[in-house]
Amino acid sequence: MPAPLLELRQIAKSFGGARALKGVDFDLQPGEVHALLGENGAGKSTLIKIITGAHQPDRGSIRVAGEAITELTPASARARGIACVYQQPALFPDLTVAENIGLRLDSPTPLRRVDWPARRDHARELLDRIGAAIAPDAEVAALSMPEQQLVEIACALATGAKVVVMDEPTASLTRQEQELLFKVVRDLRTSGVGVIYISHRLEEIFALADRVTVLRDGESVGTRPVAAIDEASLIRLMVGREVTQVYPPAQGEPGGTLLSLRNVGCAESGVTGVSFDLRSGEILGLAGLVGAGRTELARILFGLTPATSGTITLAGQEIRPLSPPEAVAAGIAYVPEDRRRHGVMLDLPIAQNATMAIHPQLFRGGWLRFTAETKLALDYIRRLAIKCTGPDALGGSLSGGNQQKVALARWLATRPRVLILDEPTQGVDIGAKSEIHRIIRGLAAEGIAVLLISSDLPEVLGMSDRIGVMRGGRLVTLLPGGSDAQRVMSAALGQEAESA
Amino acid sequence: MTPVSSHSGWISRNFRELSVAAALLLVLGAMAAFAPAFFQPQPLLSLATREAPALLVACGMAAVIITRQIDISVGSQFSVCSVCAALLAARGWPLPAVLLAAVSLGALFGALNGMLVATLRLPSIVVTLATMVTLRQGLNLVRQGEFVNLPDRTQWFGLSQTAGQITLVTSALVGLTLLALALRHLAAGRFLYAVGSDAEAARLAGIRAQAVTFGAFVFIGALTGLAAMMNLVQSPQVQPLTGMGMELKVIAAAVVGGVAISGGRGGLWGTLAGFLLLACVAPALTHLHIEAYWEKAIQGAIILLAVVADGLRRGRKARA
Repeated sequence: MPAPLLELRQIAKSFGGARALKGVDFDLQPGEVHALLGENGAGKSTLIKIITGAHQPDRGSIRVAGEAITELTPASARARGIACVYQQPALFPDLTVAENIGLRLDSPTPLRRVDWPARRDHARELLDRIGAAIAPDAEVAALSMPEQQLVEIACALATGAKVVVMDEPTASLTRQEQELLFKVVRDLRTSGVGVIYISHRLEEIFALADRVTVLRDGESVGTRPVAAIDEASLIRLMVGREVTQVYPPAQGEPGGTLLSLRNVGCAESGVTGVSFDLRSGEILGLAGLVGAGRTELARILFGLTPATSGTITLAGQEIRPLSPPEAVAAGIAYVPEDRRRHGVMLDLPIAQNATMAIHPQLFRGGWLRFTAETKLALDYIRRLAIKCTGPDALGGSLSGGNQQKVALARWLATRPRVLILDEPTQGVDIGAKSEIHRIIRGLAAEGIAVLLISSDLPEVLGMSDRIGVMRGGRLVTLLPGGSDAQRVMSAALGQEAESA
Repeated sequence: MTPVSSHSGWISRNFRELSVAAALLLVLGAMAAFAPAFFQPQPLLSLATREAPALLVACGMAAVIITRQIDISVGSQFSVCSVCAALLAARGWPLPAVLLAAVSLGALFGALNGMLVATLRLPSIVVTLATMVTLRQGLNLVRQGEFVNLPDRTQWFGLSQTAGQITLVTSALVGLTLLALALRHLAAGRFLYAVGSDAEAARLAGIRAQAVTFGAFVFIGALTGLAAMMNLVQSPQVQPLTGMGMELKVIAAAVVGGVAISGGRGGLWGTLAGFLLLACVAPALTHLHIEAYWEKAIQGAIILLAVVADGLRRGRKARA
């Protein structure tokens, strides 16, 4: 057996305090398609970034074609024949296909003559090799997404790549385009290239891969030949973790139906036919993969991308929020994901952050009531146990968990009836996480209906009274609270799991 | 219990503004020691009167920069407003009507800038560069550089020179105070900071970010019209090149005064300190018998120092 193209041993990587990878082994043989599988946040992207040299591992060894590498940088990874095709192609949109390929190929000397005809011929040859009917002179911006991916693959081949990483390459492709891509991948394998293939779609892994490695919580839980494993055992590998966290129990029964969705859809964001009832005091968890349409659904309810079909009823009255202020007036609050970008304003003090959404109440006759603002901020600092030096502390001075609490305070100040939380504990340390869980439970006990979007599966399972699973913009199933992880993950991945 | 607001907290929050004020006091102290003639009332009042219009424009610029935009067309707006107001005054319009016309015209230019920036989401530096050149060249084309002679009654609003000067300076300072209060106490002021800090987050919080941006441009336009009027009453004629280069002066005042070019931070008292510090340079040099060529170099150094200070602070914050 020849030396593996790539051999990673005991790779570990931490970001701040969070351990993204805890000692992962991975290898890639020539002429092999090796699939990499795992939940959101399992460590796939970190591993890929280490392989392409974008991140340096804290520990562990890397061998490329048998040779031990001390430091892999993006340039040296490329020089050693490692190329990556990203989900969103990283091409220069204003340049032509031939120019894009040429740029990867040429030496970086600024003063040298560009041999245009040779460039064009070379591009055509590479595109022909992967069976892509794309003109070398076409401008990249004019190409479709799959065509751009093919150009990326051509770029990878142009650099003589022996290792090609494909990160969810089929996410935006149609069925035929997928077939074309599969053919290209199989041709690569035949020519001795090793392909690392990342996908959430299990059927692709069974159709394409030779071996599969499953990552979970930054650890490799197993590498198996695809021929020797079935879908059920793969899913078990992905989710089969011990529940290490204790979630606060529900307090009392939910009340009557508060929010009703019937066939709600939005053409712009790709959400279709979503129907469910949410009772006051109930926590409805929304599980699904990234891009399944959960955030898009939240944005519909909050009037950011208004619904184009279906009806939304809140407390017996039909509503159709067309803007965030309308949603707020109706009693809907939305704590967005990515609080650093869309939640807390880092330059502004906590007090201003907390009162950002309730200006009408706070300004009497247009004149700000500072004492009322300070009082309200102090009240929430106490209620949510926000650790800070006072209401004047800037948002940017707080830790992630405390920023999240400030974002929560902003929306609780609007006294919502329905609270939508989008990834409320993402990037929050474990202590603050259980505090936020306790707060969410407390809010439900006060009668607020909570829609909890989270990619942290144990969190959804532990916190929810019921669990909705979304896939491809649809609510595919509604499961009772306490359902097992495997059932939820099967539904999210699209394996047939009929709701009982 | 968490401290609500302590004295040291106030100082550290306003450290940037206070250090500019300290620099200003230092300059004034040096003048008192080495060139006490600087403090003669009449020349000082004349200086303040000359600078009062630009101070108001600097207030508008602070508001625009706080929303993370910029308006480099104010100099051209100022020229066009001045010439139009002068023509109307020369035709015998009563002063209040001329004032209203100048402010409206400025607001109209601001609305044009604001519409292009807010609704078409074009970068404000490009939009206002275009309006700056268009207004300036349009004025040249129509007026061919001709001066407008003003009727005597516009001089100092028909008051004596000293009374007129005191009126102008007082109204500029009262205006600044009112605007500073508004920025702190009105919802609209709060919106400027929110949008400048993070427009998308502001939108998610239910603030109409585009309307706020639009409003900031209308605001600076109206203030520029008002400033043109305040300038008009100071001289017997208006020349079309008036206001040339004003944009740099007012942007510099805001930036030196601690208004962050990245939006969301700063205020009018800091802008006032920055404005005064820069305005002091030329007369201070005259009184110290230093060549006037040093003026721009020193102003440039002050701006550089302010920008570097902001950069260092941001760097520290990012590393922390």
